[in-house]
Amino acid sequence: MTGTAVVTGLGVASPNGLGTPAYWAATLAGRSGIGRITRFDPGRYPARLAGEISGFVAEDHLPSRLIPQTDRMTRIALAAADWALADAGVSPGELPGFDMGVVTASASGGFEFGQNELRKLWSQGSQYVSAYQSFAWFYAVNSGQISIRNGMKGPSGVVVGDQAGGIDALAQARRQIRRGTRLVVSGAVDASLCPWGWVAQLAGGRLSTGEDPDRAYVPFDRAARGHVPGEGGALLVLEEAEAARARGAHVYGEIAGYGATLDPKPGSGRPPGLRKAVEVALADAGTDAADVDVVFADAAGDPGLDRAEAEALTAVFGPGGVPVTAPKTMTGRLYSGGAPLDVAAALLALRDGVVPPTVHSDPAPEYGLDLVLDRPRTLPVRTALVLARGHGGFNSALVVRRAAR
Amino acid sequence: MATDVFTPDALRRILLEAAGADETVDLDGDILDTDFTALGYESLALLETVGRIEREYGVSLDDDVLSEAPTPRTLVDLVNERLSAARAA
Amino acid sequence: MTARRVVVTGVEVLAPGGIGTKDFWNLLSEGRTATRRITFFDPTPFRSRVAAEIDFDPYAHGLTPQEVRRMDRAAQFAVVAARGAVDDSGIDLTALDPHRVGVTIGSAVGATTGLDAEYRVVSDGGRLDLVDHTYAVPHLYDHFVPSSFAAEVAWAVGAEGPGTVVSTGCTSGIDSVGHAAELIREGSADVMVAGSSDAPISPITMACFDAIKATTPRSDDPATASRPFDRTRNGFVLGEGAAVFVLEELESARSRGAHVYAEIAGYATRSNAYHMTGLRPDGAEMAEAIRVALDEARLNPDDIDYVNAHGSGTRQNDRHETAAFKRSLGDHARRTPVSSIKSMIGHSLGAIGSLEIAASVLAMEYDVVPPTANLHTPDPECDLDYVPLHARDQLTDVVLTVGSGFGGFQSAMVLAEPGRRRT
Repeated sequence: MTGTAVVTGLGVASPNGLGTPAYWAATLAGRSGIGRITRFDPGRYPARLAGEISGFVAEDHLPSRLIPQTDRMTRIALAAADWALADAGVSPGELPGFDMGVVTASASGGFEFGQNELRKLWSQGSQYVSAYQSFAWFYAVNSGQISIRNGMKGPSGVVVGDQAGGIDALAQARRQIRRGTRLVVSGAVDASLCPWGWVAQLAGGRLSTGEDPDRAYVPFDRAARGHVPGEGGALLVLEEAEAARARGAHVYGEIAGYGATLDPKPGSGRPPGLRKAVEVALADAGTDAADVDVVFADAAGDPGLDRAEAEALTAVFGPGGVPVTAPKTMTGRLYSGGAPLDVAAALLALRDGVVPPTVHSDPAPEYGLDLVLDRPRTLPVRTALVLARGHGGFNSALVVRRAAR
Repeated sequence: MATDVFTPDALRRILLEAAGADETVDLDGDILDTDFTALGYESLALLETVGRIEREYGVSLDDDVLSEAPTPRTLVDLVNERLSAARAA
Repeated sequence: MTARRVVVTGVEVLAPGGIGTKDFWNLLSEGRTATRRITFFDPTPFRSRVAAEIDFDPYAHGLTPQEVRRMDRAAQFAVVAARGAVDDSGIDLTALDPHRVGVTIGSAVGATTGLDAEYRVVSDGGRLDLVDHTYAVPHLYDHFVPSSFAAEVAWAVGAEGPGTVVSTGCTSGIDSVGHAAELIREGSADVMVAGSSDAPISPITMACFDAIKATTPRSDDPATASRPFDRTRNGFVLGEGAAVFVLEELESARSRGAHVYAEIAGYATRSNAYHMTGLRPDGAEMAEAIRVALDEARLNPDDIDYVNAHGSGTRQNDRHETAAFKRSLGDHARRTPVSSIKSMIGHSLGAIGSLEIAASVLAMEYDVVPPTANLHTPDPECDLDYVPLHARDQLTDVVLTVGSGFGGFQSAMVLAEPGRRRT
């Protein structure tokens, strides 16, 4: 066993495409999933756009016994895990339970489920609260439900790192593979598009109040004014490389490097930590900056954060030194699910030799970024860097590269 | 909403709302004397079901109701006993 | 290169009945209980009306008015405990590269108390479906995503390395510390400020545990309501609190002359893949976690001097756990003392695992095994030595602490005097 962790299966649930083929086709075609919220009437709120997943009917994917006890994010996560395992050609029932783990990230848990129970509590009384409230909303629920559905008893975990947590989960999954676990399902799905979740996100002060779906979330643009949130994410199947090869699995790529830092306390005068996270991830991968073929940016869509990311990238790669893209401009920011979706996109870029575009943005030249704009760019992609940042100063970086043959 | 009689059909409806149904089980079939466990309902599903019955019918059931009433028929009978006791009181 | 070894060099605790390690240990070693009728809100409508509450004045613990305003109670606990742990360790974090200092905080339910209170306002008592954002507090996002706990701790201690919140239900407190130890061992950090915090005593939490009858309805005698392993046990008592540790690599701790409480000698987590709240009676997955943790520690079952149990006091848990100990430790399960501090400080969900690590470390420090309070009536299903009522003086060099959480998580950690680990 080499302890190398490779990705052999992708399960994608994105506002611009349900399932990997639909997502990838939409993403290469520049089709956005951002629009006015339909899940509730957003008219009274200052922000009204989101990336909603349409066409996901939980009953088509899950047994009815699971429906009453699950939040939307868990239903989507269970389906995405099924898709990832199918894509990997793995039947979990055929593997020993202790050889398989589940590591997911969460940002806000099953917030819509929680909203409904809070409403019952305060409007009707405590005896109206569901028995499922004891776990359906909490941060660990997706790992637990995926583990139960698939008989996965190996090392499992749950991390919360706001929008960076999805990368931290994949890194934790890689750690378990290195320590001897055969297979880990890892990634994240979030879906908090409910009034209570919306109000909490508005309070964060980073939502775009733009009304035009094509101009509301424009990272690295001088008109950047915040982000559009979305729902969804991706679950990936990670396997130990030799075990994957031995069973003849298709390998998307290797999880080659990881770095994570926290920004210093605001006002401390110390520099932000993103650059350091990138440097740690590259060193961990044994890769020079020059070997990186594309960067999937965090792309906060906030002027200060965009500048900080551009500065980190130009410091490491030089001005215009590497193609940069943000396909999340087509989905909105999916909280913990966003980074695993970007990792899936990066792996598909490795497979197809094409970088998906950033849409809607007219980048400010002073950032010095070579943004892949509007249409895909064909180039051989051997190594990709995925960045994610979270509220409170979380910086995470992941290097994926083509697996050695 | 207090209702006079708790019927097997009402139990079927509440079970479906509270916990769905196992794919291998036909809830509309002859289930009244089958153990809830054999119908695919474990303790959590039954706690949710009992909670919904309590709220909808305004009755209070004991903590060990499910050991007293392990099948749909016994549960329906037990709830009806409570309802008639409440009417008599 | 030999593998890096990880030790605990700083400890701080906020627990019901004891803020600070001294008061905490006095409570445990004297077998006193801190469970009481709930005072935070009127518990009359609830099935379970007892809890283990902390009388906590954030200002007395150095938090500023702004910190108090923006942080949920659990985040406040975490920050106070983190500062205390750093003080206790004597480490000068400013002398280190801040990128080599990380933070992991465990929490099962995050800012649930803050969210409960804020929801009530923005929904106007549950009346509004389209909740009113104009009543939202500016820090609501920090409640929405509880990774804010790790950020707050990092700011408080000046850490800029890897940071995360670990949220694996009621094993969060073990898994957070286990995760931190792995980061040091693999070289991703040199020092970790690691622990966990939860402050779940709020109406929504009481209501959801009422709904599954997991908490005890024994509300008439709050002081004896938590009865792990006792035949009359009928549910757990909700608690709150935090424990945070400073973890360091062994050699650097020794070279700076730090007091070493214990080595994190082994850690493992497994899942039962069975049920979100239920446990298999045979305890096989917890037993496997124990086996792997002992293997990592290079210790045998009969090296264990004390087992700090999950011991929540539900009928199901205590039976499950007893089976897991027998399965993993063999005959030694009957020889080694096993106790549950939840009998005294309740079950603080994600925090309790770290509080139990703290109790384990202090048991090693003082060579005293804390008791299981309120254990008067033995249960034939639970037939180990649970150290009823009174602490026991005993050389304690190796401690096993375990946890079990909703979602099926089963975690085990072996703490040892550094000399005891076979190398």
